[in-house]
Amino acid sequence: MREMALTLTVNGERFSRTVEVRRTLADFLRDDLCLTGTHLGCEHGVCGACTVLLDGDAVRSCLMFAVQADGAEVTTIEGLSKRDGGLTPIQAAFQAEHGLQCGYCTPGFVVSAHAFLAEHPNPSDEEIREALSGNLCRCTGYQGIIAAVKRAANTGVSS
Amino acid sequence: MTAGRFMGQAIARTEDPRLLTGRGRYIADVVVPGASDAAFLRSEVARGTIVGLDTEAARSAPGVRAVFTAADLNPRVHETSLAGLLEAPYPPKYCLAEKDVRFVGDPIAIVVAENRYLAEDAVELIEVDIDPQVPVLDVDAARDRDSDLVHPEVGTNTPMVIPLFDDPELEAAFAQAAHLVRDTVTMHRYVQVPMECRGIIADWNPHDKQLTVWSSTQSVHGVQAFLAGLLGIGTNQIRVLQPDVGGGFGQKTMLMRDEWAVVLAATLLGRPVRWIEDRRENLVAAAHARDEKMDLSMALDGDGTITAIRGEHIENIGAYQTMGSMGSGALVAPFLSNAYKVPKVGYANQAVYTNTCGKAPYRGPFLMYAVGIEQLMDTAARQIGIDPLELRRRNVIRTQDLPYTLPSTLCMDAITPAETLDQAASMIDYDGFRAEQAVARKQGRYLGIGIGLCVEPSAIAFGGLATEAAVVRMDHSGKVTVLLGSSSTGMSVTTTMKQVVAEHLGCAPEDISIVQGDTAATGYGAGTMGSRSAVLYGNAVAAASIELRSKLLDIAADALEAAVEDLDIDDGRVFVRGTATKGMKFAELGQLAYMGHDMLAPGMRPGLEAFHRYKAPPFTFSNACHICTCEVDVDTGRVTILRYVVSEDCGRMINPKVVEGQIFGGVVQGLGGVLYEHMIYDDDGNPLTSTFVDYLLPTACEVPTIEVGHIESPAANPLGVKGMGEGGAIASPAAVVNAVADALTPFGVTVSGSPLGPKQILDMIATAGH
Repeated sequence: MREMALTLTVNGERFSRTVEVRRTLADFLRDDLCLTGTHLGCEHGVCGACTVLLDGDAVRSCLMFAVQADGAEVTTIEGLSKRDGGLTPIQAAFQAEHGLQCGYCTPGFVVSAHAFLAEHPNPSDEEIREALSGNLCRCTGYQGIIAAVKRAANTGVSS
Repeated sequence: MTAGRFMGQAIARTEDPRLLTGRGRYIADVVVPGASDAAFLRSEVARGTIVGLDTEAARSAPGVRAVFTAADLNPRVHETSLAGLLEAPYPPKYCLAEKDVRFVGDPIAIVVAENRYLAEDAVELIEVDIDPQVPVLDVDAARDRDSDLVHPEVGTNTPMVIPLFDDPELEAAFAQAAHLVRDTVTMHRYVQVPMECRGIIADWNPHDKQLTVWSSTQSVHGVQAFLAGLLGIGTNQIRVLQPDVGGGFGQKTMLMRDEWAVVLAATLLGRPVRWIEDRRENLVAAAHARDEKMDLSMALDGDGTITAIRGEHIENIGAYQTMGSMGSGALVAPFLSNAYKVPKVGYANQAVYTNTCGKAPYRGPFLMYAVGIEQLMDTAARQIGIDPLELRRRNVIRTQDLPYTLPSTLCMDAITPAETLDQAASMIDYDGFRAEQAVARKQGRYLGIGIGLCVEPSAIAFGGLATEAAVVRMDHSGKVTVLLGSSSTGMSVTTTMKQVVAEHLGCAPEDISIVQGDTAATGYGAGTMGSRSAVLYGNAVAAASIELRSKLLDIAADALEAAVEDLDIDDGRVFVRGTATKGMKFAELGQLAYMGHDMLAPGMRPGLEAFHRYKAPPFTFSNACHICTCEVDVDTGRVTILRYVVSEDCGRMINPKVVEGQIFGGVVQGLGGVLYEHMIYDDDGNPLTSTFVDYLLPTACEVPTIEVGHIESPAANPLGVKGMGEGGAIASPAAVVNAVADALTPFGVTVSGSPLGPKQILDMIATAGH
């Protein structure tokens, strides 16, 4: 199987690796870089659990090959919070509103919410629902998730 | 009820920080050195004979460590039936398809390779030749005497039958009825769909004959017991660990055939094997749910009082059901009258094999007692000309009727269906909505309102499900560790059990750790399913905490030279009531109990540990009333849920936010099932909805805001709690179906259950001649 060299920045750290060209970005992040917070829920681009930031945009890491991220700056769920265990205001809002249960879809929602609120600091309820509609959750009925994004927006935090 | 200092408080979940920061550890994140990845060759034919199977090319493919077929694994299967289940014929013990295939997705071969990419490459190289036969798909045709058999070895397609017994009183009630109402309610096939698919890692050490298994399961002890039978070895040779689990909803209660194959492959290879299911496999080959129908009759007198109900229930259980051959009949039968006073009840059930994916429990697997009866109530109301709310009020079980003995002789107590009916009707402004509906109809808009009542037999406790144990242990530094046989898959067990311990022991939740999901650390437990955690684990934890508290008081009384009656505990400190300084911290008591035990009173045993195994009554009833309103666009068939209210009674709440979270999730699974989700097979038995592009889950855009009202009537157990994990999913389907049917009343359509997608709605309107 053909391999290619790639260099990219993930959560502020620079990595150079040689990978099979067919390796997905999600598998590369999870297995090669051991960043297992990025989850795979469908591997066909619908559920959003594998969402990461690629040069600031929310993308599905299961639908990209790792080599397509050559030269890019990637932020995963592990890169959002502080290393001392502190939560970002958005993560804290998810906890306050019980926006998660099993937690499997949660990294995808949190990453999507960060990207969304960065561009839409004062969203309407409809905009919040629309923005979250690319992520699937099976536990919460979305109630706590919508409330969390609303809470984060109302407290004026976009990061 | 008055909340305690910790019990009843909506505190934040302690599970959350690590899950929110990507530090959860699910089955696919578990690293076992030397593990190989497995992938399956699965049948693409619903029913057929395997006439050729060549694995030679796959065996020599890059990175492949083994390819196993039925010939390798099936002879190694010892026992597959499950202790505690009713006697019934079981499907043959075919781990992998042997001579024939019985549904699309049936596992034929397992490839074990260096990684998943190479394993899937090798699967492509296996040559399989299947001579297709006409599949058995329709439950009515399958019950014909001449039908082909799904499992010829079993000799029937109806492995479990509950006959309708002759009952002259029931017949008399129908003969004398002023109103006779009939309906057939269907529930189509849909799927549990945990966001995390299944997964298992098995590591057999041939030297010390020990098996270690990591499993995405709802029950580590269930997995251990099952694997001991499968392999014919002792439970003491098996340790099962549960990592974080991304939802189960019933699908992960028992190991399935592909998971057996992974374990058997690991024992053959003597090295760890890992299998992480992909979404297509999960949708096609894991397990399905619902797919049942019930012919219902109801007799009422001239006042609209129900005198009898009869239900004849058929379930499609697919080819390999995770419960063996069982349908849900044994748990539908006793509760068919749901929340109503019904003197006579008749019930029959048949579970039917077909060449489709097998059935597994799904949140409220026995829900037809509510889904069926609640739709029948609305049909009756329309037929008699009474509002459905009024018909329910005339028949619902009221406080003055309690304890109420069902025709099945089971007794319901401490339930509040009438109160929840009134609270929900008030929350949604039922009368106001009727006025709004009338105005809208004049404008050509079709609004509807639907009610779903349910009494949930929560915490079903018989056989191996009847008990749970807790160890509450304080160490020498005064910190607390709790050992539980639970296997939480997102139910906040850690948070809520900390609340129970903190309340009863008198310390901060931060000083408590919960250990679960490990057979080596915890006593036997049936696991996290069946709305049982609050009742079973909660009461076990409370009793053990009280016992430990008592010991702390005894030790402190001796050390402080005070009477136990004069002592109190707060904030991790025992003190003499009314004094500021006379007291001892838990840390000091821990030092005394473990290090300074020579100073303990004579007869006082060292250490600080309490064990309690709690046995629950067979049922702990909770109840709820759901009411929703909707608008149906009769041009597009689109249903929009306008408002959704739930009034529920789960007894004493441990954490209201956790209670509401369970309701929210259940409600959305119910309305998703009715309106969007549909696992469809074509006439050849091919699943047509094998991705999330075809199998539609509700998103944040489709769900309404769900409003919840609470009524707290304590259950008879010491903690006063009731289970409520399933009620949200049990009551919601009928509420949604009834709302749609109500909206379409002007068209004179007959709504008989689900699915209610746009196509079905437009077809119904067309069929009614509009």
